[in-house]
Amino acid sequence: MSIFVDDDTRVVVQGITGGEGKFHTEQMLEYGTNVVAGAVPGKGGQEVAGVPVYDTVYEAEAEDADASVVFVPPAFAGDAIFEALDTNLDLVVAITEGVPTQDMAKVNKRLSEVDTKLLGPNCPGIITPGEAKLGILPGNIFESGNVGLVSRSGTLTYQVVSNLTERGIGQTTAIGIGGDPIIGTSFIDALEAFEADPDTEAVVMCGEIGGEDEEQAAKYIAENMDTPVAGFIAGRTAPPGKRMGHAGAIVSGSGTGTAESKINALNDAGVPVGDTPEEVADAIEDFL
Amino acid sequence: MKLHEYQAKEIFADAGIPVPASQLADSVEGVLDAVREIGYPAAIKAQVHVGGRGKAGGIKIATNEDEAREAAESILGMDLKGYHVNEVLVEQGVDFVDEYYVGVTMDRSEGEAVAMVSTKGGVDIEQVAEEDPEAIAQEHIDPAFGLHPYQARKVVYDAGVPAEYARDVTAILSKLYDLYEDNDASDIEVNPVMITADDDVIAADAVMNIDEDALFRHSDLAEMEKDAYQNDLERKAGEYGFDYVRLSGNTGIIGNGAGLVMTTLDLVDYYGGTPANFLDIGGGAKAQRVANALDVVFSDENVDSVVFNIFGGITRGDEVAKGINEALEQFDEIPKPVVVRLAGTNAKEGMEILNTDLVQVEATLESAVQRAVKNAEEVAQ
Repeated sequence: MSIFVDDDTRVVVQGITGGEGKFHTEQMLEYGTNVVAGAVPGKGGQEVAGVPVYDTVYEAEAEDADASVVFVPPAFAGDAIFEALDTNLDLVVAITEGVPTQDMAKVNKRLSEVDTKLLGPNCPGIITPGEAKLGILPGNIFESGNVGLVSRSGTLTYQVVSNLTERGIGQTTAIGIGGDPIIGTSFIDALEAFEADPDTEAVVMCGEIGGEDEEQAAKYIAENMDTPVAGFIAGRTAPPGKRMGHAGAIVSGSGTGTAESKINALNDAGVPVGDTPEEVADAIEDFL
Repeated sequence: MKLHEYQAKEIFADAGIPVPASQLADSVEGVLDAVREIGYPAAIKAQVHVGGRGKAGGIKIATNEDEAREAAESILGMDLKGYHVNEVLVEQGVDFVDEYYVGVTMDRSEGEAVAMVSTKGGVDIEQVAEEDPEAIAQEHIDPAFGLHPYQARKVVYDAGVPAEYARDVTAILSKLYDLYEDNDASDIEVNPVMITADDDVIAADAVMNIDEDALFRHSDLAEMEKDAYQNDLERKAGEYGFDYVRLSGNTGIIGNGAGLVMTTLDLVDYYGGTPANFLDIGGGAKAQRVANALDVVFSDENVDSVVFNIFGGITRGDEVAKGINEALEQFDEIPKPVVVRLAGTNAKEGMEILNTDLVQVEATLESAVQRAVKNAEEVAQ
């Protein structure tokens, strides 16, 4: 079992003819993902890595796609996500970094009106090891197993996953939810799905400074989860008022969004928080 | 990106929001010329990106030429919470009877903007929010429709703004929201809105922050970015296109991906060191970009040691290794010891390429950080 994506997921790639879109389509195909179509305005009729390209997501959906991956540049990404939402796909994975926040506010509004799930933007995507990956995660560090992972950061995910895989601990599904201030799927949405997945025996949650999503997730874990969770929070040394790479990774001038607040909230919910990625793997090993 | 007060006020004035008469000056003579035109009393205000300028001595009121000269001399060139003051805004002093707060900001937990009004203006609004949250009226804004006129009126009434000023305060709020939307602001605040002795309603201060990710569609605002850097290192990093934040420690840090770089900083601290900076080379970096990153970190005189932490997804270890070699081979002597840890895509190839005469190689994140911290201690001695 897994959450959100598996062997049967059929994927349309938006922006498939761009450099990133093309490269990662090849990588996804190589991993075994069913990439069934591409969508790029004006490029209908072309092929990329054997995948047919259409002008619109609507036409591409005729290939029975149920998910999309967005590699569209920031200026057009909001529109691309809207197109995917309005085509009623089950899942949209937005890789693009640098989507204007006010564009995402409008997307967020539409999300509340449809059943589609959005991952990202500014995320590495999602992988169910051995079945499918949607996004840019390096497939070779993952291994099929019983630990779920949800994270706001890409490379930090790779770090923690490699710590797990090196110990022979595999993953059900790993999800990047994105480093922007306004994102689709939240920690809570992912945790809820892992809780409902019979094969997920423990969950790693990697948060970072900024916002209050980790605090809300802690509350959710305490009240609703039987599956044990271990956490990691990046940004303990971040000064207030500075954006630490991710648009969403900022401790406000008034001191909300600190690592300390998040670590305390998680600890209060019974979630051990590692000082190092190794310690997160230690905690997961203890759970299993 | 933060705008200076004078930049925000120019935008406000163009939008028809009343602001006091003012002039920008960068010399004592310039200040005196400005006050002669504007008259007394005049406020002389440091133009730097920090809150609480008044308390820190960055804002002074002058009622005559001697005071104006004294204020200009003390403020121009001063160090205000780490920022060098190059410019001051000379502004007509306002005789006020009351001060309000009016602002529009992105509420990230709701995913939409919120309009806020309070009659407790002129003080730190975060403090009001903490001590007396009821004193701040709020109204969330549907991004599809914007701030409805009724909502603007409602939040002003809810805040308890007296009837005789409600219309003018509502007009300011509506215009602020339009500016928020038109300029892709992340935050726009007037604190205080002053009620003058003549019953006028004016924006006496102006805070305006712009979403950096939207600058591509605001060329006028993008021009101002060059004024937004705090120091030469941030400028250099910005021009290379890096996400960079300078801290006060002596272990320089370069990595890929925000979360992993933050984690590297945290581990430097955890193992007893002090991080000098956050520098994210981003995804898919080629050799030249890696060399540029080293250039930035070596330019920081505080740096005694450097750690590279790369976990390749789309970034390839061999490209990073090539960049490190190229950058370091330019030196007769390596300025500071460099520890490199490569993992992920093409890490093995990268390790084989790395010139180990120039760098120290470590296999894990933890061991790399520990070694860099030790190097920093030794160099600092």
